[in-house]
Amino acid sequence: MLHTLSVKQMSEKLHAGEISSVELTQHYLDRITQFDPELNAYVTVTPELALQMARDADERLKNGTAGLLTGIPIAHKDIFCTDGVKTTCSSKMLDNFIAPYDAHVVTLLKKAGMPILGKTNMDEFAMGSSSESSYYGPTKNPWDLNAVPGGSSGGAAAVIAANLAPMATGTDTGGSIRQPASFCGITGIKPTYGTVSRFGIIAYASSFDQAGPMTRSAEASAWLLNAMSEFDQRDSTCLEMERPDFASELDNSLEGLKVGVPSEYFGEGLEPEVEKIVKDAIAEIEKLGATIVPVSLPNKDLAVPAYYVLAPAEASSNLSRYDGVRFGYRCENPKDLEDLYRRSRAEGFGAEVKRRIMVGAYALSAGYYDAYYLKAQRLRRMVRDDFTQAFEQCDVIMGPVAPTPAFNIGEKTDDPTSMYLADLYTIPVNLGGFPGMSVPAGFANGRPVGLHIVGPYFSEAKLLNIAHQFQQVTDWHKQTPAQYQ
Amino acid sequence: MSIGKSEVASISRLAMIAVADHEVEQVAAKLSKVVDLFAQMQAVDTEGVEPMAHPHAVAQRLRLDEITEGDQHQKLQAIAPAVAMDLYLVPQVIE
Repeated sequence: MLHTLSVKQMSEKLHAGEISSVELTQHYLDRITQFDPELNAYVTVTPELALQMARDADERLKNGTAGLLTGIPIAHKDIFCTDGVKTTCSSKMLDNFIAPYDAHVVTLLKKAGMPILGKTNMDEFAMGSSSESSYYGPTKNPWDLNAVPGGSSGGAAAVIAANLAPMATGTDTGGSIRQPASFCGITGIKPTYGTVSRFGIIAYASSFDQAGPMTRSAEASAWLLNAMSEFDQRDSTCLEMERPDFASELDNSLEGLKVGVPSEYFGEGLEPEVEKIVKDAIAEIEKLGATIVPVSLPNKDLAVPAYYVLAPAEASSNLSRYDGVRFGYRCENPKDLEDLYRRSRAEGFGAEVKRRIMVGAYALSAGYYDAYYLKAQRLRRMVRDDFTQAFEQCDVIMGPVAPTPAFNIGEKTDDPTSMYLADLYTIPVNLGGFPGMSVPAGFANGRPVGLHIVGPYFSEAKLLNIAHQFQQVTDWHKQTPAQYQ
Repeated sequence: MSIGKSEVASISRLAMIAVADHEVEQVAAKLSKVVDLFAQMQAVDTEGVEPMAHPHAVAQRLRLDEITEGDQHQKLQAIAPAVAMDLYLVPQVIE
């Protein structure tokens, strides 16, 4: 059973010539045909492209030009522009959009020789926490088909959990890698803002958006992050610095590690079962040599309102490009130019996207700019400074990723603000631009729960080290729902 | 409710998103819920705190004013809803 191999084992077998990339890729394509109709995790499957890339990878494996990930298939979130492939951001607005170029991440992973299986489902324009706002219908959680997979990278998390891809890319603006990783029982890391190029990633809130790997193990995430991060001139906020080898610290001991546990992350609203799982995981890390330090993040509760001013404000500007003129959806028979704009946008965007654009336009409008936008930017600094101060006392911070395990499909769709609060532990990390990850830590009523690890800027290798050591003594990340084993 | 019908009309104009008459009430109610969430911010004293636009204190990178892209207009216009003579078509603007 090829899909039960770890990424490391796949790489070893590909290099030893025991399996071919075509064989491995075809195996995943077959599984997608068999299982994706019930999960709806892919928007587009690209079998011809995948097999062509697999043949090229096999050639490289034979002629000695292959790297660690050459021949291992990958699924890209449908937010990454992929030259010649439909790239929809799960929106009717982009249902007819064939990207004319590759995102930098796609370019790098093509160069690494990773066959593209397809594009994964998500919340429309990455605005959501459940993947229910997709124009193509909700993705289901492989652990329980009545549950959401989280969002916005819900399709990516589901394909890893159900073994419909060994590796996937995601993006995280307010928790969109970590929360679905937690809900689906997989490993995901959002790197420091500026680590991965945003070029060709369809923009939501540009001062928060960051891409990262979604995989089963921390080791595979480290390998994928190595391959997808490189300085890129075309993203003006991509940091011009040498990237470290994110896998270089995986085997380090956790002896002497100082883990900060913020009391504010274990207060009201946190489901008791989630609290127990997270505390047990922290105790396990303590056994590996870490010491626990109480820390405080007093402005945590201000992060959600500040984010819901700032991210929609950026979105209202970013999404002004969808005007029905140059690409994307255009309404029928517009009577004048303004009608063309207003109706194309009204018909092409879904309810949550329209809501965020309107909230953003309102927050930036005359009379409200100081009260909302500037105020939120000041709070952003206060939330960031809380973390900076906490990191003077500890190496990393641990807590829950989300207050509950995956909720049911339809449970929160009528009340947008209750959905927003599902991200109260992840959003502060995006406000600061810090790296954060979710590591599988247990199950509550059969639904997975992740441990949230957050570090100072550029501490990805440390976070991956902690997760990898935790995964040497636990097997939560190896578990698969019975029907997808 | 912090957002009324007249505000929905002005926000609809700012956002360039049409809101049908029968949707106005619901849109107002849901926007109000989000804006009510913002009220929590007002209780906090932020006097003297500098607004933060971006996580890193780095200057915007500049590049030389050189052409880096080749001519791709055919590829880029191939996905446009309406094009003629290399121009994007929109409804008549000038009478």
